[in-house]
Amino acid sequence: MKTLQPMLLVLSVLVGPWASDHLSAQVSFDRVLGAADEPENWLTYNGTYSSQRYSGLRQITPSNVDNLELKWMLQNQVFGAWQSNPIVIDGIMYVTERPNDVMAVDAASGRVFWLYRHTPSEDARVCCGANNRGVAVLDDKVFMGTLDAHLIALDATNGQPLWNVEVGDENLGYSITMAPLVVKDKVIVGVGGGEFGIRGFVVAYDADTGEEAWRFYTIPGPGEPGHDTWSGDDWEHGGAPVWITGSYDPELNLTYWGVGNPGPDWNADQRPGDNLYSDAVVALDADTGELKWYFQFTPNDGYDYDSVQVPILADMDWNGVPSKLMLWANRNGYFYVLDRVTGEFLSGTPFVKVNWSSGLDENGRPIPTPQPPGSPTWPGNQGGTNWYPPSYSPRTGLFYVSAWEDYATIYEKEQSQYQPGRMFLGGGFSVLTPVPGAPTIGIGRTSPINNWTDEVGRGAILALDPHTGEAKWRFEQFDVSDSGMLTTASDLLFTGGREGYFHALDARTGELLWKASLGGQIVMAPITFMMNGEQYVSVISGHTLVTFGLRD
Amino acid sequence: MPSFISLSIFWLSAFLVLLTTTEQSLAQSAYADHQYTSEDIEAGSRVYIAECALCHQRSGSGVDGVDLRLGQFRRALSDNDLREVITTGVSNGRMPGLDLRQDELDGIVAYIRAGFDPSGIAVKVGDAARGQMLFEGEGQCSTCHRVHGRGPYLAPDLSDIGVVRTAAALQRTLLEPSSALLPINRPVRAVTRDGQTIQGRRLNEDTYTVQLIDSEERLRSLIKSDLVEYEVSETPTMEPTTLSSDEVADLIGYLLTLGGLR
Repeated sequence: MKTLQPMLLVLSVLVGPWASDHLSAQVSFDRVLGAADEPENWLTYNGTYSSQRYSGLRQITPSNVDNLELKWMLQNQVFGAWQSNPIVIDGIMYVTERPNDVMAVDAASGRVFWLYRHTPSEDARVCCGANNRGVAVLDDKVFMGTLDAHLIALDATNGQPLWNVEVGDENLGYSITMAPLVVKDKVIVGVGGGEFGIRGFVVAYDADTGEEAWRFYTIPGPGEPGHDTWSGDDWEHGGAPVWITGSYDPELNLTYWGVGNPGPDWNADQRPGDNLYSDAVVALDADTGELKWYFQFTPNDGYDYDSVQVPILADMDWNGVPSKLMLWANRNGYFYVLDRVTGEFLSGTPFVKVNWSSGLDENGRPIPTPQPPGSPTWPGNQGGTNWYPPSYSPRTGLFYVSAWEDYATIYEKEQSQYQPGRMFLGGGFSVLTPVPGAPTIGIGRTSPINNWTDEVGRGAILALDPHTGEAKWRFEQFDVSDSGMLTTASDLLFTGGREGYFHALDARTGELLWKASLGGQIVMAPITFMMNGEQYVSVISGHTLVTFGLRD
Repeated sequence: MPSFISLSIFWLSAFLVLLTTTEQSLAQSAYADHQYTSEDIEAGSRVYIAECALCHQRSGSGVDGVDLRLGQFRRALSDNDLREVITTGVSNGRMPGLDLRQDELDGIVAYIRAGFDPSGIAVKVGDAARGQMLFEGEGQCSTCHRVHGRGPYLAPDLSDIGVVRTAAALQRTLLEPSSALLPINRPVRAVTRDGQTIQGRRLNEDTYTVQLIDSEERLRSLIKSDLVEYEVSETPTMEPTTLSSDEVADLIGYLLTLGGLR
């Protein structure tokens, strides 16, 4: 007996966690569909298929948020902006780091179970950093897109690769930086490369085998509707990438994708026409990839106003009628409300200063007001907002977004010759500064000293009322922000910014309730999850993934 | 989504947009004495191609250790140094002295100072030794600026200003400090809850805090929510210079020699 007891103990330790962890790696499609019903997990890039980044957890509240304390940190081993969004499944966090590492992490301690490293081809090229924004999980597999435009399926339990397919040719500038979207038995990704003259597409693969199921080109080919919005052979290298994860409405069986800029970026004269479906949202049948509807925000864009924002799906009354809506703060400076059943334009209001257009017509088409050469255009090249995910709280009815205010760019266009795999930009730009030669805002923050100052642009968290497009409240930051948003059922809003502050605000009033100085730029959104009865909030700042929980 | 690409520098046009027409014409007249004219530059380009490009090439980099377009010379610093080299020649006859009219000579100097850009700005660059005397004396620069470990900390240290600023930018700062003051260097004034007033030069700022060097030359970090007043001034403490155009050229000549630690 004396020897048997320790044996039993060892067995139960071995079997217990093994059994539960192994089973828990099973994330069926039904679980993803019902993600809102299990807020202790964060099952997809934006939490749920509606992409509201709203969590039902309410243990951390406005009255106890002051008691948040550091629980653990995970240090990135690779330099560069860390834009990854972790997902959490039954106590295991799956997160990527540059360029294409996937880690399975104990969400309670931050210790790593396994690391899978894909080394992208040296020929891979991306315009704006070796970014990867995370993984998707379906059943027992983890899916990651790579900088050299492959899609890889990993065994969720041990990180071993199960299949690896080439999605696009990296020598032509195709890449994948977004987290995939899983729907039913398929894994769906889009491609980046809008600065390299690609022809963009969204593509679905069988999650089990990696076999291609459907492909939708974001630039219509000859004979297809919309092809006549391009001239000559411009469509062959017109960009229109898809580099941010889409949303899904199971009732309509539609996936929604934001499409990026046409190429060359800044010389719209070189590609006459509306350039469909660049700078549009497309609604694609989840089973076939068939286009159901589209809405183009910026026809014949000459400002690089990618529409790669997250489509937020929300149900609410519109003019007294219960409606299925899509809420969208666009890089072009307008906040849109669309009917997501039909794609009908319902409203559009500027949320930052806009002078490239004097307004929208009754169909939502912008009235262009191009500025004279050498004059500033608002919003500037990085837009009124960009790819970082906003949030919608069904409790407050407000849409939360990071906006760039007082930020303008002076564009210069020139003729560009398309050369396969080379940059295809059509000019250049500079940021408007108060004095000649002053430092300007860049694509990310590379110095702890803000020597560009708020005079060339500053950040604001806006809480927009979808019905009016007006900000119910605003929270201003000295530097601009690429931080996404997280709201909770206790009416907290978590977000950050380039200054490295992590803030908790009252989602109803915008009042600052708590903050932590984490010291590195926050260029993604926070997530929240629960383990062993305790709610955690995780956010990446600089090279560190930081997880907070309430003081014991 | 690129933003790191700045293929063209057109800060100047960005700046001009901000000026009203009146200010623009005023500004132009104020600068005229300190610069070569566009006619000088244009004429100089023709003389250069005829007389100099055989050896220096059209790029200006045809001779080892010299890049005329980028302002890299073996020995010349001031405009007069350049004129001297051109008229007397150097290197035991490897570069012959040229017998040019004064306007042709000025033209070549203007073309070089404009960076070979016919629409560029050609700032007059004077004698560095005289410039240093002005810096430490009549120009009163060293009452606020520090160079190579000497002088106060009140204004930015200029030990490496010659490599971080062009002659045109230095000239702008001297003639019109308010149009050249970098935003981060703006003077700030804060009043704390207990009534203490703190003035200084801004070093860094974020949503909640500001870092500065105060008038007592101490590094201070202030929490904005502790302040009852906080102002950032757009007016620099530096006044526009009253030195003559030749003296400004000398001062620029000196500042361009400041290359930091070597």
